[in-house]
Amino acid sequence: MTKVKSLADLKKMKDQFQSKIELREKGEDPDSRVQIKVAMATCGIASGAKTVMEFLIEELDKRSIDAVVTQTGCMGYCYAEPTIEVKLPNQDPVVFGYVDNKKADEIIEKYIKNGELVDGIIPMNYNTIDNQ
Amino acid sequence: MKELALHILDIAQNSIVAGATLIRIGITEDMQGDLLHMTVEDNGKGMPSEMVERVMNPYTTSRTTRRVGMGLPLLHDACRAANGMLTIESAVNEGTRVLATMQLSHIDRQPLGDITGVIVLLFSANPSIDFVYSHIRNGNSYIFDTREVKELLEGIPLNTPEVIKSIREMIASNLDEL
Ligand SMILES: Nc1ncnc2c1ncn2[C@@H]1O[C@H](COP(=O)(O)OP(=O)(O)OP(=O)(O)O)[C@@H](O)[C@H]1O
Ligand code: FES
Ligand SMILES: [Mg+2]
Repeated sequence: MTKVKSLADLKKMKDQFQSKIELREKGEDPDSRVQIKVAMATCGIASGAKTVMEFLIEELDKRSIDAVVTQTGCMGYCYAEPTIEVKLPNQDPVVFGYVDNKKADEIIEKYIKNGELVDGIIPMNYNTIDNQ
Repeated sequence: MKELALHILDIAQNSIVAGATLIRIGITEDMQGDLLHMTVEDNGKGMPSEMVERVMNPYTTSRTTRRVGMGLPLLHDACRAANGMLTIESAVNEGTRVLATMQLSHIDRQPLGDITGVIVLLFSANPSIDFVYSHIRNGNSYIFDTREVKELLEGIPLNTPEVIKSIREMIASNLDEL
């Protein structure tokens, strides 16, 4: 595949993007998407939130998990940064702390794929003022 | 924070929290003038002038989860360490512009870091916000505008994994050529 260098190159790939999207939508109903939020306040960024977010986006795609990863502000857990919130379909969101790539891998394999609990869950009582 | 790209990610987070719908990020590297110049400009809710004056002080924050704000003071330190300064202009209900300058060749100037990764992360993690990123290096410039890409892709979301990959490639190769 040739490298994408310009908007014209990007435009040429439109059909390809479209068919990937259709392929993905075929098997799955949109409510079955996993939703992940990565906390991106200063303390999150300083402790590696960017790396974790990139890892999640790439690995979820590689492992064919239909997920949307977005960023949010402070979740109120400076001491446990980087933190991420994971919401499985039809379930309450769960917040994980101290998420490095290794932990993120474990969260994908155990929690997201099989619904098994893993260490590092933070009890939910946080204040989401910055999240709105 | 040891990379300017991470500061940009952090300063843009302030714009996101301020409800911006358009965020402009600009970097200029000027070897001749020995200057590095970085701006983050938004159309968010802005701040009153008393707030702008206080904001360089770490004890200024509007967050409720922790009493001090660190983002702007950390960037201020990074600027001063490299013989530069931080300027903030803001108007309530109009927006905010953060301008950081540094001496390009200064030994304590932080490296740019993974700026492509930061731009990609920002637009893919904030699908409802538009970003314009312009990078000027010694007079050559590259501009990336999500509004342009959205129009071109006619409804294909920019946070589709394949789209993210292609845009990353596009930005990186254009920066390499500057
Ligand atoms: N672009 C902006 N628009 C409106 N207000 C802003 C903007 N940038 C900063 N502020 C105000 O200045 C305060 C201080 O910002 P700063 O980034 O230093 O700390 P913080 O965002 O509160 O916390 P931290 O960055 O440590 O997560 C913010 O809480 C906010 O009230
Ligand atoms: S300020 Fe650290 S998690 Fe919010
Ligand atoms: Mg901040």
